[in-house]
Order: sequence, then structure tokens, then C-alpha cells
Amino acid sequence: MSIEIRNVTKQFGDTLALDHVSLTLEENKIYGLLGNNGAGKSTLLSIITDRQKATEGCVLVDGENVSGNDAALGKLFLVGEQNLFPDDMKVKRAFDTAQMFYPNFDRAYAEATAEKFGLNLKKKITALSTGYASIFRLILGLSVNTPYLFFDEPVLGLDAQHRDLFYRLLVEKYAENPCTIVISTHLIAEVANLIEHTIIIRTGRILKNLPTEELMADAFTVSGPAATVDAFTSGRHILTSSTLGGLKTACVQGVPEGELPVGLELSKINLQDYFISMMEEEDQK
Amino acid sequence: MFNEEKPIFLQLAEQLEEGILSGAYPEEGQVPSITEYAANYKINPATALKGINLLVDRNLLYKKRGVGMFVAAGAQEKLLGERRERFYHDYIEKLVREARHLGLSAAQLSEMLERGIENVD
Repeated sequence: MSIEIRNVTKQFGDTLALDHVSLTLEENKIYGLLGNNGAGKSTLLSIITDRQKATEGCVLVDGENVSGNDAALGKLFLVGEQNLFPDDMKVKRAFDTAQMFYPNFDRAYAEATAEKFGLNLKKKITALSTGYASIFRLILGLSVNTPYLFFDEPVLGLDAQHRDLFYRLLVEKYAENPCTIVISTHLIAEVANLIEHTIIIRTGRILKNLPTEELMADAFTVSGPAATVDAFTSGRHILTSSTLGGLKTACVQGVPEGELPVGLELSKINLQDYFISMMEEEDQK
Repeated sequence: MFNEEKPIFLQLAEQLEEGILSGAYPEEGQVPSITEYAANYKINPATALKGINLLVDRNLLYKKRGVGMFVAAGAQEKLLGERRERFYHDYIEKLVREARHLGLSAAQLSEMLERGIENVD
């Protein structure tokens, strides 16, 4: 049970949105798909869920090509920014429709969750505010019970309380009923402890693809007097550094080696800072 | 809730220990489930399991099949013993080092300790 993305390329005019991307999404894991605006995250998710066609390459869901394949598509659900329901449809009716297409759609759960978020079932989907339109799509995602779930910027337009509620429900859902989840987001700090595996995409290419724990073990931050930091980090791969007066902080790739000189402080790096450092380094190239 | 100094699963284990020590999780009482921990802290359930298993491995928690995780009898006493053993390393060594760093004499340090014992609530 897995999704295999084989050598997928997507071209829009002369823009290469995805450049020979190959990935495997394993069963029952939570993936974080991270990248700057325009990196190709949404395009990749659209191709996996067959909303867009790849220019080259293919996507296999449990061994079957997803393109035009209803059985394979029934195993996937993408929570994106688009509303896929007719304009005048009410939330309640949309739940009916979802139930028709996804036999495991949990109607009672969807309605209970709508109540938790304060989503009015009688409202027309198009009459929902930006936040509630997102919430409506999130509830569909949490209720469909497909083996593969994709969230493209899931908390866009949600206030802090609703974001918190969403993550809580997502974890609960996953803990009780594991499935493969891919979350594409800019709010890295919010998902850093959730994602077991991190995929970083940049200008249409996969830059990193490894367990989050391994990724995080491969960088550290050291700070102290500039000269001491420089001596300690000499010959090492420095991702970024900044100075504030005589105090220098360097973000270094790899694991710290040797005795730590007096006056230096070592700390772990968090995923968001690491991501920013990586992007800044790539920008320099 | 968590900081970046230590892995999350270790911090979760420490919180659980603290709960047992303080009596918030009494012996033979049930502790929150993996799902509750994971959902509450928005962490991967695998991380929560790893943290809880650290206490299971030390026989501080035990599993009742199909029911959940419980605090073992004697867990509080056991933790208390461990903490007392670590007290010298965790506190006294640091205290002495810092005192030296600040140029305090042994007599001054002893005097301060006595003052602390008398005055701290």
C-alpha cells in the first residue's frame, strides 16, 4: 500500500512547475510537504489526485495508474483551495453528495465536527466566509476516511482557535484510524511535531525527502563571541549566520564534533528555522 | 508546551514523571491515552508512544489490555528515590560550580544554604 510518484514533470508554457519528481508515500505516515510559494506543492498535489495531468511521468496508487481511474481516485481526497460543489448547494447537501462518492464518509462525525467549528449546515457553500469555506473543506477531509488524505494549506484563513481545533481533530483521527496524510503548509512550526517525514520542494525539484527526526539531527545552532564561533565552525558547512554586536550565531549543517569551547552555546535548530536557512542558502546559489 | 532543547518524547516522559511525583496521576490510576496526548500537544502519536514507553520500560506504567495505561504501584516512591540520587549531580554540582564562578567562599556558600533552609517556604 503506497503511492508512487514516478518521474513526474509538469510544464506550463515555458515554466517547468515540476521537474522529474519521484517520491513514494508510504502507508499510514504523516508527511509534511514544505516549500516556498511557487515551489510546485499545489501542482504536485493536483497531479497526485488527478485534477491536473502530468506532462511526463505517472502516479501509481497501490500499483494502479491514477489517471482517469475511479477506483484509485476513490482512495484519495484532496482538501485544496477550490470549492468543487455547485454554487447554490448547501453544506448539508454537500455532505449528502460526499457520502455518495465516498462510501466511508462518516456523516455523523461530519455533522458533529461542523457543530464544534460552528459551521451552519443550512448555509450555501458560496455564502460562507473565507474561514468557514476552509473549515467546510477540512471537515470533508476529516470525514471521508480514505486511505490517503492531502491537505493543501489547510489552515488558510482560520483563526488561532480553529487552527488548534483542526490539528487536534486531525491527530485524533490519525491516532484512532491511521491513514497516509500529506500536509502542505507555510506554517511549518505548527506541524513540525506532527510530521513524521519531511519533503522539501524547491523550484519543482525535491530538495529533501527524509524522516523529520533525521533531518533535524543534521543541523545545529552555535552562538557566542564571533571569533570563537568562527574558529569552531571553520571548515564546516555553515547554512546561515548572523551577528549582533560581538555575538555571532551560526546555523551549521552536520553534527557538532569535538569539545565545545568555553563561551559557546549549542542548541538544536527547529524545523522552521532550518527550512529558512536552507532556502536562504539555495537563494545564494 | 515543549521547548527545543530536548526531543519531544523525552519532555513528554518528564511531564508524566512529574505528574506521578505530584500525585496528579495517582498509583493504579489511569493516565491519558496516546491519542489524548498526541491530540492535546499536536504531536505525532508515534512520538507520544515513544515517550510513554520510556516509563513502561522502567515499570512506572503498565498496560491493561484493551483498557489503557496505568501508574504502577510504588511508582511514586521509585521516582522519588531516583530523583534523590540525582540531586547531587543535578543541583549540588551546579551550585558549587556557580559559587566558584562568582568567587563565593565555602563558608559563604554554607551560610547561604543555611539561610535558604530557614527562609524558603
